[in-house]
Amino acid sequence: MTKTTGQEAPRLAADCNTKSTSVGSRRSDIGFFLVTGGLSASFVVLIALLLLADIAFASFGQFANVISKPEILASVRLTLLSCSATTIMGLWVAVPLGYLLARFRFPGRWVIDTLVDIPIVLPPLVLGLSLLILFHLPFGHWKLEHWFSNEAGLAITYNWPAVLLAQFTVSCAFAVRTMRVTFEQLDPRAEDVARTLGCTRGQAFLQVAMPQSRRGMVAAATIAWARALGEFGPILVFAGVTRMRTEVLSTSVFLELSTGQLDAAVAVSLLMVGLAMVVLLILKVFGPGKSQ
Amino acid sequence: MIELQEVAITAGTFSLHNVQLFVPREQYTVLMGRSGEGKTTILEAICGLRKISRGRILLHDTEVTNWLPGDRQLGYVPQDLGLFPNLTVEAHLQFAMRLRRATVAQIRDRTSELAELLGLTELLGRYPRGLSGGEAQRVALGRALSFQPAVLLLDEPLGALDDDSRDELIHLLKTLHRQTRVTVLHVTHSQREADQLADVIVRLHAGKLRGSDA
Repeated sequence: MTKTTGQEAPRLAADCNTKSTSVGSRRSDIGFFLVTGGLSASFVVLIALLLLADIAFASFGQFANVISKPEILASVRLTLLSCSATTIMGLWVAVPLGYLLARFRFPGRWVIDTLVDIPIVLPPLVLGLSLLILFHLPFGHWKLEHWFSNEAGLAITYNWPAVLLAQFTVSCAFAVRTMRVTFEQLDPRAEDVARTLGCTRGQAFLQVAMPQSRRGMVAAATIAWARALGEFGPILVFAGVTRMRTEVLSTSVFLELSTGQLDAAVAVSLLMVGLAMVVLLILKVFGPGKSQ
Repeated sequence: MIELQEVAITAGTFSLHNVQLFVPREQYTVLMGRSGEGKTTILEAICGLRKISRGRILLHDTEVTNWLPGDRQLGYVPQDLGLFPNLTVEAHLQFAMRLRRATVAQIRDRTSELAELLGLTELLGRYPRGLSGGEAQRVALGRALSFQPAVLLLDEPLGALDDDSRDELIHLLKTLHRQTRVTVLHVTHSQREADQLADVIVRLHAGKLRGSDA
């Protein structure tokens, strides 16, 4: 061990400062904060201005008038139900799939990994078109759409199940990503020990990994819900926009805009902003890495 | 008794070949070797957490080579302990007993016994994040011993402790071994630990094991 004496300290300081900076000269970090703060502010201010412009454009009376219309109320109802249903469906898939991708190396893993990402990178309209083709592609005399109609008595295309499927396809992909990262961040050692204590893999997953992933599950659920809320392209192509049947808030904005009802479009948009902010608030409070 | 017969283990680019190991029943055996020589890999293979590519593993004369870890009935304390962040100390001590569907009275009695033996009585309501290194080590030890396994595997249990905690835990390990007569395989690179604890010392050198009485 080396002791630092009073004589050695200045010599070490001189060694470190080989060039012009002498003891006592003052420097400042203001430049750093100006540059990083300025660049960051440009985006934050843009988003804040977007929201403020929407609020300034719509009056409260107009807002109340629009959201009390029966077709908008039906749209709100279908949006809340479909987003919640797709979130639950998404979590049922995302938790086991995220766990498998995080914990195991198996042949063809990279194929599954790539397939899961496709809904994230694919243009939304293409995804909707792909769903439409899947349900109407004839295999001889057999079609998936006809099978559902005949066997389950349920029409999919241009009906409410198409809304669910279109939302599920995209939001589930985001939930899988989130759950995979969550499980990758958990130390697998605790599950290993649980297995030596008598757990099967299933018990170790349920009793050790799942309780630790609670915050990740909240994050996955909120992200899936928010993605489902914002879904537009696949719904437009696969479910269509039929008032009181397949209309959700994102397609309501489109319908109102296409009929020249700008005030109504903005009112619905504000409603969506409100819902998105509630979801983001939930994520901030209960999600991973709770911010201070 | 733990016996490894001509065991080969491959883990990525690392491999061990023809490992022969005999750990006598009720003895405190210390497996020594330098870092990266495969001591932890051998423990994981005995636990069933790492597949072996060749050979046989026997615990008390029963071949367990292809058994699931949970069926081998051995206590394991890994180097990083692997405590459950969401469970209290009390729940750690009761985890294995609940899996075995022990009665409420059995669980209560065993928890008190372990807590007293390991000095955890005051810590039963705490979570792992609120424990010191020595306390966490004792919780991991209690969890591993809770279901009274015949074999206890310890991976560098004293590695991250200060001198006082280390001396305290050495004393505790000696007491536990004397009282339970559990067959212990303790992995370390410290000669001092081996001298203080071992009935038998086995050295791993360049993938070969050599045994000697302490």
